[in-house]
Formats: sequence, C-alpha cells, structure tokens
Amino acid sequence: MKIHEYQAKEIFKKYGLPVPRGIVAHDAKEAECAAKELGTPVVVVKAQVHAGGRGKAGGVKLAKSPEEAGKIAAEMIGSRLKTYQNPEGLPINCVLIEEGVNIDKEFYVGLTLDREVSRPVFMVSAAGGMEIEEIAKTNPELIIKEHVDPAIGLLPYQARKIAYKIGLTDRKLVSQFTKILMTLSKMYFDLDASLIEINPLVKTKEDNFICLDAKIDFDDNALYRHPDIQELEDTTQIDPLELEAKKWDLNYVRLDGNIGCMVNGAGLAMATMDTIKFYGGEPANFLDVGGTATVERVAAAFRLLLSDPKVKAIFVNIFGGIVRCDRIAGGIIEAAKQVELDRPLIVRLEGTNVELGRKMLEESGLNIIPAKDMADGAQKAVKAAKGEL
Amino acid sequence: MSVLVNKNTKVVVQGLTGKEGSFHAKQCLDYGTQIVAGVTPGKGGLIWKDDEGKYEVPVFNTVEEAVKETGADASLIFVPPAFAADAIMEAADAGIKLIVCITEGIPVNDMVKVKRALEGTGVRYIGPNCPGIITPEECKMGIMPGHIFKKGRVGIVSRSGTLTYEAAYQLTMRGIGQSTVIGIGGDPVPGTTHREAVEMFNNDPDTDAIVLIGEIGGTMEEEAAEYIKENVDKPVVAYIAGVTAPPGRRMGHAGAIISGGKGDAKSKMEALRAAGAYVCNTPAEIGEMMEKALKERGLL
Repeated sequence: MKIHEYQAKEIFKKYGLPVPRGIVAHDAKEAECAAKELGTPVVVVKAQVHAGGRGKAGGVKLAKSPEEAGKIAAEMIGSRLKTYQNPEGLPINCVLIEEGVNIDKEFYVGLTLDREVSRPVFMVSAAGGMEIEEIAKTNPELIIKEHVDPAIGLLPYQARKIAYKIGLTDRKLVSQFTKILMTLSKMYFDLDASLIEINPLVKTKEDNFICLDAKIDFDDNALYRHPDIQELEDTTQIDPLELEAKKWDLNYVRLDGNIGCMVNGAGLAMATMDTIKFYGGEPANFLDVGGTATVERVAAAFRLLLSDPKVKAIFVNIFGGIVRCDRIAGGIIEAAKQVELDRPLIVRLEGTNVELGRKMLEESGLNIIPAKDMADGAQKAVKAAKGEL
Repeated sequence: MSVLVNKNTKVVVQGLTGKEGSFHAKQCLDYGTQIVAGVTPGKGGLIWKDDEGKYEVPVFNTVEEAVKETGADASLIFVPPAFAADAIMEAADAGIKLIVCITEGIPVNDMVKVKRALEGTGVRYIGPNCPGIITPEECKMGIMPGHIFKKGRVGIVSRSGTLTYEAAYQLTMRGIGQSTVIGIGGDPVPGTTHREAVEMFNNDPDTDAIVLIGEIGGTMEEEAAEYIKENVDKPVVAYIAGVTAPPGRRMGHAGAIISGGKGDAKSKMEALRAAGAYVCNTPAEIGEMMEKALKERGLL
C-alpha cells in the first residue's frame, strides 16, 4: 500500500526524524493561509499523488508569496498529474505547503528488501535528487549498499560506514546521519514497510540534515496488524476497475490492450497475456480468478472485463485441477447468462473432466468459441479482437 | 528414486483440523501419502476423521509431541498467514527437516526473519504461497491435483501453481513421467530457490531432465542459470512468465513485480538461453520441447 508524502512525513515526525514544517491544503485559500502561517520568504507547493517523478512533471513548485502559493494550489488541485510512472495521470486532491530550505547538498536514502539475500538493504548515494534507477543504470558505483540483519537490526557502525563513504566528515553530521539511518531501520520493521525512501535527504547550509521528501510503501500482507496505517489509504489514487476487483478479492491489473483475460492462477494469468502478445494481440488486463472459480467470482470478473470499453474479446483460460472442468464450465455458463455477454468469448478448458466440461459449453446455447489449447485460444482471441472471427 | 519425499515420508499436517487442512489432507491420503499426525493447538488428544470416515489421524497440541509419538519427519502447513511463521519455526524446532508451507499472504518481514533463523540449520523449507511438492505415485505433500502427474524421470521446479499443472499435464499426456515436482511458491522470500531445486535434481541419479518455470521479479532464475551453466549437463527446459507485465506492477503473486530495474522476463530468458537451456516462448511448448530435448539426448 502506498501513502502520500504528507502522511509519510507525519510518521517520520513521530519517530523524531527531521522534516520541514508543512501544512496540507485542499484549496487555494487554505494554501494561502498555510504559506502565511509558515512565514518563510519562499514556500514549496507539492502535489500529493501516489507517483514518483513529481518534480519533473510539474508537481513541485516554489512560491515567493502566499498569494502565489494560493494561485499554484488552485491550478494543481482538481487537475491530474501525469508522470512517466503514470501516463494517465493521478488526481490531485490536496497539496503540501512547506517551508523553503537552504539546500547545500542532496543525498538519496532508500531501504527495501534485497531479494537476492532475503534481507533489507540500505541504498545511499551522494547523487541525491535523481531517480535511483537512473543512478543504478549510469553510475552503480555511486550507490553504497549495506544489508540489515533482521535478527538485530542496523548497527551504528554500519551507518557510520555509509556516512564516511558518502563523504561526510563533520562529527555532528555523521552522528545526525547515523541516527536517521538507525531510525529508518527500526521504522521499517515496526511498520512492516516494503520501501522507505528519502529523496532527497538534504544537508542544509546551516549544517543540519532534513528529510525534504518522504516515501513509505507498506507490505499489504502485514496491514492486518497495522489498522492505523490501513486508514491512511487514499482510494482516489487507485484505478477504479482495480478498486472494484479488490472488493471481489480478484487479482486484477489494468493494461492497455483490447483482449480481456480471465485465468485461474497468477502464473498462468501472466502466461496467457504473454501468449496473446506472442500471437500479435494486446492483453487488456491481468486477472486471476483464483483456484475455485465459483459462479459469483466468475460473474464479477465478467462484469469487470465488460465494463472496460476497450475490451473487444474475452479469453477465458482455465486449468481445472482439484476443481473439475465440468464445475468450472457450469460456473462460466451461469455467469455468462447473468451478465449478457455482448462480445466474443473464447474459452479454453483443460484438466480434470475436460471432455464433460467442453460438452457442457458446446450445448449451453451460448455463443462460446471453444479452444483446443492455450495457443489456439490465444490465436482465436487475437482474431476475434480484430473482428476477423 | 526422487528428491525430498518418497513413499516412506511420514507427514504431520499443521492446521489439520481447519477447512483447508482437512480438505487437502484427505486428498493427500487418497493419493497414498502417509499422514501420521496433525497439530492444532488446543485440540490435542482428538482423533481427526475425514468427511467420509475413511481415515483417522491423531491430533496433537505441539509438533514436538507429534514427532515424539508418531516419528513424523516432514511437515505440511495450512495455518493462516498470521501464524505461519510461528508454525514453520515450531516444526524446525521439533527436529523436522522438511517443511512445506502452503499458506498465502504471510508478511514479508516474517519470512525474512524465518529465513535468517533457519540459516545453517539444515532445515529444508518450501514455500510459502506454493502448491507443495509431489513424487508421483509415492507421496503428495500439497494441494496439486494428483492424477495429472505420472511417475518418471523429469524434475519440475516452478514458482506458479497452475503453470506447474500445465507443464506436468503436458508431459504426462506425452507419456513423460516426473521424478519429483517442486512448487517453490510466488513470494519474494522463498524458503527454497530455483537454484537449490535445480541442484537437487542435478544430483539425483533418477532425474534425467529438468523443467524450470519462472516469472518476473527477483533474480532467482538468473542465479539458477549461472548454476546450470557451470554444473548441469542434463537438459533443462525453461519458461518465464510475464514478458508483457509492466514494471512496478504486482502481478498476483507477491513476488511477481519488476522493480528497481530488476526482474524482467527477457533478461531471465536470455540468462537461461546463455546457460544452454531450451527456452519456450509460451507454456504450450513445454511438453513438446521436453520431448524434443529427451530425444536429442537419446533419453526417450
């Protein structure tokens, strides 16, 4: 789960991490008042959306007066911010007005799971402000890495090692930096974060560290033990179809193509998308209906796929294991009757009792195009989406 | 022969009395798996019976008791996510050397800690979020449909349940049997990796060839490729799911995500190809490709 920058900074503050003074504003008037209250000659107006690369996309702007802050806020709020991570854009419902900071130097600090060693890893770079993916590509040697032993957490010497490697020498700064890293490590485990990122962590001209940006992503699997964090979720930042899918406990990810897919199992669902692409089509989505594929879930999945106007054909790809194909066929027929299918439906069934399942589909009176295997199904779906079937 | 499990494996099921545990324990018993004990805290002393009254299994409060009383040497775990890490650790502490955890949705940090705690202990754990393992016609420790597998000499290792079934079914339909099939699961911190499974198959004299099924996320497939390049002469047929998956989006499995510029399908396919594996474009080719590979080597 993602949260907004201002929410992450609230959490940072609770842990005693240094963040700029800031106030959230929902309209121009609030923004103006906030800038006045902060009272610094320059304030920063920051769009609150769940996307990286805000700066480049025009989501972070300086204002030299409260009136200007109000004006910028008025332009941002109600619009959508399009970033390279999210070309469709995300709605801006509020902005964070923050005091200006005298930046001397910027650093990147990130903490996330390193899957190669199954431990969290700190990634720190003196090339702050840039995207870490960019640095990793062009100058990987500029990223200092240090793994955290989950049994004991980060140790101070590890933080000091990083501090010296990124060129800190001043004792006060090294000590401040060490404290920040130790706190992040504690926070990561306390809150079941999957990523904590400060980009940039700023050394001010007054020789202090301050977290100019803050990002925390949380492990969805652990949210049950953090009800307070769960409340921070902003559903306006989630695709409405994906939100609807969540209600039905369906694993759904929206894509750009025009062939809707419904599959049991995540691996097979990905493989189905790939097979469609391999035969020259474009999948409209990833959708895993789960192992049981009951009438209710299949019907919900059909409604979801049909609500996407881009979808020109639907490919159902099911491997019936413990749940037999005849039962799955029954579910598909029942669900298809409920939702009034108006687009071509291609069904590939395989596994236990497959002959019976196929026969049921054939005799259902529904306009179902049967496929003999996955490749055949994908090819038929591609043709159907082009109107050639 | 086979790896990890065979007809002599004695299984304790943690969470036997729950809905999932009961259902799948019966399926395993039907397949011929020796389930000797169940563990549910608070239900010790009970005798578990399946819904048809065919089987009876004693239930214990702790794994330690179950091991002492029944000599169980492997554990199959069905407990809910919040208690799964605890269950794995309990089994390990009771001296169980093979643990299969089916549970989906365990917090990542729980598994990070379990992995750390079990380092160097010699405990082999598989999963979580996996279909389990099966040595066809001998022992099924998991939730896979047993009848699609056939005894034979091809090992399968996979991160995905349904893709494992696809692969096994295609092989079985062509008359190609399997030595052992290992579902390592779709989580970002798996107990057993592709490389470790490939190594087991490589060292097993009764496995002739290997099917490796991977997906986007992490670098397990690349690590396996490195091992294959150096050590494996047996034919390896590989398939990687997620060529069309966009970066930064989780595709169902918690571990199936391309992040930080790592884990895309193409680089995994390239690494495997460079290691000499037969790499399939779609999963529909797995059976055919394996048949071809076995014939080329005179193994079929």
